[in-house]
Amino acid sequence: MPKTELGTLSDDELVDSYQRAAFNYFLENVNPDNGLVADTSRPNSPCSIAVVGFALSCYPIGVERGWMERDAAARLTLAALRFFRNSTQGSGHDVTGHKGFYYHFLDMQTGLRVWRCELSMVDTALLIAGVLVAGAYFSGDNDEEAEIRHLAEALYRRVDWQWAQGSSPTLRQGWKPRSGFLHYGWEGYNEATILYVLSMASPDRPTSNDSYEAWTATYQWENIYGHDVLYGGPLFMHQFSHAWIDFAGIRDAFMREKNSDYFENSRRSTYLHRDYARHNPYGFDGYGENLWGLSAGDGPGGFRASVQRRRHRFSGYAARGAPFGPDDGTIAPWSYPASLPFAPDICLAALRHLGERYPEVVDNFRLPSGFNPTLAKRREFGRNGWISEGYYGLDQGITVMMIENHRSRLVWDLMRSNPHIRRGLDRAGFTGGWLSQPAPSTQGARDAA
Amino acid sequence: MPREPKRMAAFPVDRNDADLIRGAHPRHWKNPEPDGRYNLVVIGAGPAGLTAARDAASLGAKVALIERGLIGGACVNVGGVPSKTIIRTARLYADMRDAESFGGDPPKPIRVDFERAMLRMRQIRQRISRAESAANLVGHGIDLYFGEARFGGPDTVLVDGKTLRFTKALVATGAHASGPEIPGLAEAGYLDNGTMFNLTSCPPRLLVIGGGPLGCETAQAFCLLGAKVILAQSDPMFLPGEERDAAQILSDALAREGVEVRLNTEVVAVRTENGGKIADLMRDGDRTTISVDEIITGVGRSPNVDGLGLEEAGVAYDANGITVDDYLRTTNPHVYAAGDVCLEYKFTHTAEATARIVVRNALFRGREKLSELVVPWCTYTDPEIAHVGLYPLEARRDGIPVKTYTVLMHDVARAVMDGEEEGFVKIHVREGSDRILGATVVASHAGEMINAVTLAIKSGMGLHALADVIHPFPTQAQGIKMAGDAYRRTRFTSLRRRLAARWLAWSRR
Repeated sequence: MPKTELGTLSDDELVDSYQRAAFNYFLENVNPDNGLVADTSRPNSPCSIAVVGFALSCYPIGVERGWMERDAAARLTLAALRFFRNSTQGSGHDVTGHKGFYYHFLDMQTGLRVWRCELSMVDTALLIAGVLVAGAYFSGDNDEEAEIRHLAEALYRRVDWQWAQGSSPTLRQGWKPRSGFLHYGWEGYNEATILYVLSMASPDRPTSNDSYEAWTATYQWENIYGHDVLYGGPLFMHQFSHAWIDFAGIRDAFMREKNSDYFENSRRSTYLHRDYARHNPYGFDGYGENLWGLSAGDGPGGFRASVQRRRHRFSGYAARGAPFGPDDGTIAPWSYPASLPFAPDICLAALRHLGERYPEVVDNFRLPSGFNPTLAKRREFGRNGWISEGYYGLDQGITVMMIENHRSRLVWDLMRSNPHIRRGLDRAGFTGGWLSQPAPSTQGARDAA
Repeated sequence: MPREPKRMAAFPVDRNDADLIRGAHPRHWKNPEPDGRYNLVVIGAGPAGLTAARDAASLGAKVALIERGLIGGACVNVGGVPSKTIIRTARLYADMRDAESFGGDPPKPIRVDFERAMLRMRQIRQRISRAESAANLVGHGIDLYFGEARFGGPDTVLVDGKTLRFTKALVATGAHASGPEIPGLAEAGYLDNGTMFNLTSCPPRLLVIGGGPLGCETAQAFCLLGAKVILAQSDPMFLPGEERDAAQILSDALAREGVEVRLNTEVVAVRTENGGKIADLMRDGDRTTISVDEIITGVGRSPNVDGLGLEEAGVAYDANGITVDDYLRTTNPHVYAAGDVCLEYKFTHTAEATARIVVRNALFRGREKLSELVVPWCTYTDPEIAHVGLYPLEARRDGIPVKTYTVLMHDVARAVMDGEEEGFVKIHVREGSDRILGATVVASHAGEMINAVTLAIKSGMGLHALADVIHPFPTQAQGIKMAGDAYRRTRFTSLRRRLAARWLAWSRR
C-alpha cells in the first residue's frame, strides 16, 4: 500500500478506509442463494457460522454507510435466515445443526456439516447475535423485513441452551455425534460472555441460573505489569462479545467486587498487550510501542527454528496470548481496529505504524489474519516475513463492527434495544449504567417482546 | 537378521544396585526378638515410616520398623530420587543443544549416552540410600524387621513368625503404580515408575500415557534424551488442577522441545506388531493409530493395603486408601496412618510431615491436624511448576475475593541472565488485604522459590511484609519479593500520593 496515501488521511478517513475494505469481504465471499459466508477468502473455503453472524451484523452498517442498498442487505439477510430456518437438524450425519445449534463449518453450497467439525456453542452464539442484530435493524413494515424479524426470533428461540450445559452448570464448548460433548477446557474469562447472555435470556430453553456464576468462578483477577485485569490471554477474548454489547458502565457481581467493568477491562488488556510487546521477552522483530496484538489467528505453520540463536516453535492457526504465550512473533493486525473503542489512541497509532512500516502487509486497507516479521528472509519467506494468505471473515467482521461502534455506536445501540440482550444481562446479574435506563423502543423490540 | 538390542535389565542392574540392596535390605538380616510392648510399631520404611521411627526413637520411644522390600520406599528407589537425577542429565543435553543462546558453541554431533545417564542415576540413588541403611537405623535404637507385616489383632502385628505388641502403630506402606485399564496394554507390556529406571537404552519411539506430573516429567526427560515422544493426555490440559497459564506454559515448552502433544486424547487399545507396540488413540470420536517401541504410564497410584490384615485390627480402608481423621487416626484409635497409603497428595514431603504429626499425636497426645499443614508441591519439568496454598478457583468457590499479583520471570534480572525467563510468580491474596492465600510459581527453579511463600503463609506473614525481605541481587527468588513490591505499589492510592507530595513540598521550604 502506498505510504503517501496513508500519511494524508485523517483519522476518520483512515478508519473509514479500513472499515470499508473489511466490509467488502462479505459481499465478495457470500453465497447470495443461501446467505452463507466463507470462513476465509481462500479457494474452497467452507462457511463458518460465526462469520455469518458477523456478516448479518455488518449489513446494517453497510446500509448506514451507503455501501449497499437496504433491500440488497435485507435480501442477503433473509437468504441466510431462511437457510438456517429450513436447514436439516438432527443428531445424525448430513445435517446442518442439532438442537438449534449449528456445526462450526458448513458447505458453502449445500450448507451441510464439513470436516467432521463440532457443533459449536460459542460460534452458534455469534451467529445468533448477528441474527438478533438483523431482527433489531430491519424494522420496516414491508414483508421482507417483517419476515426477518419473525425468523430472527424463531432461530433464537429454538436453540436448546439447556441441553448444552450437559451435566454441568457451565456451557459445553462443542458436541459431536459420535463422542457427545467435547470436554475442552473452558476455564477463565474469554469471549463467551455473549453465549451466556443469550443462553440465560432464552424464553424457552434457558440455561440454569447458576451457569454464569459457575463460569465467572473460574475468573482470575490479576495485577500484571501494573494493570489490574481480568486475565484472558489472546486479545480477541476482550473484543468479540463487545462487538455486540456495550459493557461500559454495566457491572456484574464480579466487576462490582473489583470496582471495574468489562469495557475498562478490555482497555487495560489492550494496554497490557502493548506493554508485553515493549517487553518483548523473546526478542521478536518489530515488537514495540506500535506493533503488538497477539490473538487467535493464522500463523506461519508448525515448525521449530532458531532465529538469532534462540529456539522457537512456530504454529499455524492458533490462539496466541500475552503475557503467558504462546507467542511465536506472529502479530494479528486486526487487533487494532477491534480494540479501537477501548483504546483509540494506541490503536490508531499502531494502525498508522503498520501501514507505514509494513506496507506490504496491508492490501488496499484490508488486514490479514496475521504476519510474522521475525521470519523475514528465513526459510521460504520473503523480506516481509510471513504474511497470512487471503483474509479471514472473523477478522474482517470484528474490524467492521468495532470501527462502527467507535464511530457511531450503531450495533451497541441496536442491541441495547433488544429485550433478549437486556434480559440476559439482567439474569447474569448486570446492573447500572445504561441498563438502569428504559430500553429505547424499536420495531424489532416490539416484535420480539 | 539384526537383533533388536535389549532395552531392559532386571533390578539389580549393576554393582551400585547391589550395594543399595546390601544397605537397604541386607541378605542375611536377622530380625530382632521382640522384648515387650512397643510404644510404636511402624509398618513400611519409606519416607513416612522412616521419619516416624527415627523421631520416635530419638525421643526415647521403643520402636519397631517393618519393611518387606527396600528401605527408602518409592521415593529413593523408584520415585523422586531416580527421576530427578535423570532430569538433571536431560537438562544438560538441553543446554548443550541450546549452547548458542548462552554464548557457547554446541558440540557437534551431540550424542546422548543413555547408559551413562542411567549409571549416574544408580550411583546417586545408592549414595542417597546410604543415609537410611539398615545398620544406621539400628544405630538409632530402632528394632528393624524385614518381612511381610500383618495385623494379628487390634494391638499386635505379626512379622516373620514373631508377634509384636504395640501401644500405637503406624501404617505407612505407601502406594504402588497402577496401570490404566487399556485393552491389550498389559499383554503388550509397559513400563511405569517401578520399572522404567531399569531401562538400559533409550526407546527410539515412546508413548507416555497421562499428562499429570509424572507423565510430563517423563515425556520431557526422555524427549531431551533423544526419544521421539508422544504424550497422550485425556484432559484438555496438562497437570489437571494446576492453573491454566502454568499448564499452558508447560504445554508450549513440551511442544518446543519436540514432544508430540496429544491433548483430549484417550489411549483406547494397545497391541504388538512385528516387535513394536501399536496404540489406538481417540480424540473427539476420531481414531488415530501410532507405532512406538515402548509405553510408559504416568497415571494412577494405588495404596498398599492388601495383605496387612487391616480387618483384624479394625482399620477401615477403601480404594483411596486407609480412612483417617484430621489427626491421622484410623478407625482403630491405636492405629494411625501417614503418607501415600492414606493421603490424596502423594508426596515425599507430605509423607514426612504427616509422620511427624503421628509421632506427636500418637505418642504424646498431641492434637495436630492434617488440615493445618501448609503443603507445597512441585512438578520438575523445565520450567518447574510449584504451588502452595489455595488456587484462585478454590478461593472464589469458598466465597473469598481473591487478587493475584503476577511477576513475569522475564522481568526478573537473574532469570534473564540465566536464560531462564520463562514463567511467572503469582501470589494470591485476599482482595483488599495482603493475606497470602496461595501461590503458583513457574520457573526453572520454582521448587526452590516457592519456599519463601510457604514460609510466609506458615508464619502468617503478609505480602506487604514480604516486600521488605531483602534478597541478594541478583537471584531468581527476587521474583517473590517483586510480587510484594507490586502489591505495595497498588497501596499508593491517590490520597496517599497527594499527602506524600504535600509533605515533601513542605519539607523543601
